[in-house]
Amino acid sequence: MEVLALLADGFATSLTPLNIMIVILGVTAGLFIGAMPGLGSVNGVALVLPLTFIVPPTSAIILLAAIYYGAMYGGAVSSILLGIPGASTAVATTFDGRPMALQGKAGLALIAAAVASFVGGTISVILFTIFAAPLAELALKFGPAEEFALVLLAFTTFVGLGGDDTLKTIVMICLGLVLSTVGLDMISGQPRLIFGDIPGFYSGISFLVLAIGVYGVGEVLYTIETSRISPAVSTARLRMRDLIDGIRQMNRMWKTMSFGSVLGFFVGMLPAAGATPASLMSYGLARTFSKKPETFGKGNIEGVAAPETANNAASTGSLLPMLTLGIPGSPTTALLLGGMVMWGLMPGPMLFIEQQDFVWGLISSLYTANLAAVLINIALIPLFVWALRMPFSVLCAMVLVLCILGGYAPSQKLHDVWLIALFGVAGYMLRKADYPLAPLVLALVLGPLMEKSFRQALISAQGDVTFFISRPLSATFLALAAIFFALPLIKMLHRRIAKRPAPAE
Amino acid sequence: MTNIFTRRGAIALMASVAIAAGSPALAEDWKPMKPVEMVIMAGQGGGADRLARLFQTIIQKEKLAQMPFLPVNKGGGSGAEALRYLKDKQGDAHVIMATLNSYYTTPIQTEIGVDIEEFTPLARMAVDVFALWVNVDSGIETIEQYAEAVKAAGGSWRMGGTGTGQEDSLVTALLEREFGISHTYVPMAGGGEVATALVGGHVDATVNNPSEAMSFWQAGRVRPIALLTAERLDSMPGVPTFAELGHDLEYYMQRSFVAPGGLTEAQQAYYVNLLQKLHESEEWQTYARDQALLTDFLTGDELQAYFLSEREKHRDILKGLDTPS
Repeated sequence: MEVLALLADGFATSLTPLNIMIVILGVTAGLFIGAMPGLGSVNGVALVLPLTFIVPPTSAIILLAAIYYGAMYGGAVSSILLGIPGASTAVATTFDGRPMALQGKAGLALIAAAVASFVGGTISVILFTIFAAPLAELALKFGPAEEFALVLLAFTTFVGLGGDDTLKTIVMICLGLVLSTVGLDMISGQPRLIFGDIPGFYSGISFLVLAIGVYGVGEVLYTIETSRISPAVSTARLRMRDLIDGIRQMNRMWKTMSFGSVLGFFVGMLPAAGATPASLMSYGLARTFSKKPETFGKGNIEGVAAPETANNAASTGSLLPMLTLGIPGSPTTALLLGGMVMWGLMPGPMLFIEQQDFVWGLISSLYTANLAAVLINIALIPLFVWALRMPFSVLCAMVLVLCILGGYAPSQKLHDVWLIALFGVAGYMLRKADYPLAPLVLALVLGPLMEKSFRQALISAQGDVTFFISRPLSATFLALAAIFFALPLIKMLHRRIAKRPAPAE
Repeated sequence: MTNIFTRRGAIALMASVAIAAGSPALAEDWKPMKPVEMVIMAGQGGGADRLARLFQTIIQKEKLAQMPFLPVNKGGGSGAEALRYLKDKQGDAHVIMATLNSYYTTPIQTEIGVDIEEFTPLARMAVDVFALWVNVDSGIETIEQYAEAVKAAGGSWRMGGTGTGQEDSLVTALLEREFGISHTYVPMAGGGEVATALVGGHVDATVNNPSEAMSFWQAGRVRPIALLTAERLDSMPGVPTFAELGHDLEYYMQRSFVAPGGLTEAQQAYYVNLLQKLHESEEWQTYARDQALLTDFLTGDELQAYFLSEREKHRDILKGLDTPS
């Protein structure tokens, strides 16, 4: 097979001692950068970009890819340990990762995240290797109508079947959608919901700010209240037996993980989407298809595995449009694109034909980076878990500081810090009232994408709503969305009928 | 409130004067003390974005500056987000912005309280050109065929472009006036998205800058019909101009850098000097040639005068045309 021969050549490039060293270095650096709340792969790649001039282009892109992967793994660490999403892509990991840590199963959650990331990364790189060219064509087929239908499908997975109150879920989605309209309208350029004229709202509400607020700060407030009765000193420990046990548990989740990988890869590939929507959708789907959906959000290991497979798969997927179309699928790939232009490599349809050495060197380095990342990550888990054993009174102050730093670092606006405080209090109260927070975050992530694609599709179709069902791909997604949405209703009716087998007239 | 701010401003000013007075070398020697934010008025993958990222990399590669330049995309609302951001950064010498023509049009069209006269002009690096593009599958090769096809579609011919009121929509409106045709204009986040939408068949035509559609043209997916320039381009010798086909259509996009208002002369001079070096760099000249950019360098008062006259020109275009909405 031609692909295999090319890949073998690629390995010959990526497995030189220099490049192996670069991979290890990059992954370790990425892991720590990713683990810091507020810092993600974008920051890592941006920091290292200038260093890449001292090595040849292929080694340089390998270094960047290694950091990219390392950060994807690292994002899960603070999501699980502290309940603060370490990176935007790891928001969904907090949903079940944090409850697991509170139950003293932080080690297990971290192992699950690492293994899931590895599986997601590996499956997606294999998909990348075999289908890169035809898949780029498929991504082109995704127009506004398809994008809208896919996003709608993501929403319905959160409504359908969940253990949460359906009405409350819908209320939270609506609230998130309202928050997502804050800022400048993409189509007309007019500012919306800026509360008079507060400049901070012009760029909209970053969902990382919302996530850090409701999960990070809200979590601390909630824990302070509940731990007054019994001081929650975590007794997290990790032994070799736990590791083996963890991997054994993961073995039962092949369905979730392979599904998450394929979904993640595909969503990551779409120019407008990326790893964050991918991880949220994967979580929603895993919960929908789970036999015990009510255990999600309360420390289900599958709730950690699903988003972690998807976000790693998506980070591979988003390389695809960058390389083949010159369209970056995420801020990080936009930086990688800048790097490539600098080395005189012009991304686009001709890259795969003209620069085979580079392309296959990169693909093979994804395999090595992924393997290195899982090994280094697992080796570091005891260290991470050890950090959790400090008294809660100390930990909770640290978490708050990290929340503020994490919110301030990306935008450097104090405005965002106030928002975090506000969302933190709001999140705490919503939680006490038993409102699910995940749909709120989901709506803020997907809202802008959904609005944009909906309006673009309607404009291109001259306002004809049937446009959405006249295209096969979007029609399929919409039909699935309708089924997911109706599921709770059908289930409820079914239960009622079952309860009253023979109603006496 | 205001009182506190001005007082704080005054203290900052005094402090900086003190620092400046303390160092032997004075005004000429201003240098950025921290990474410089390079704000881009558009989304990722478009012409402005590519340019800014190229400059970032040349600056790093050639060590033209000691501090890194970090590109930040603020493409929301046809660049309104970026303009507003720059206004709020008044006096901050660690922010520069890569502009498009929306630099003039957005403040005219939206109520964002930005007057571009207050910003500090740095340098115009290039003038970008526009072309009319179609998907090769459409079979259209000449402008007559194009006009016919659009007419036959009866208003449902989809033209993809950047935000409503931005360059692409103005060019579309100019085309409509010249040929007596009408399009359905689909606004998108940036030139990159527009180019892919044409390849994917989600729109029927675009007026992309050559730099945005070049790679798809080379791959045989899209076809340029005609250029909105005075003369043919060296990089696209086979492509006619509208002018030579008997249609008076010309439109250009300036690619410049500006800084917030309230910069000192030394600060302005630092950036002008840096951009001058960039202008002379081998990489930039090669890139400009390949991407069909005209590298007309302009700085200082001349640049400001150019900005203001272009703003008036755009005000007239916007007034005269019922821009598609």
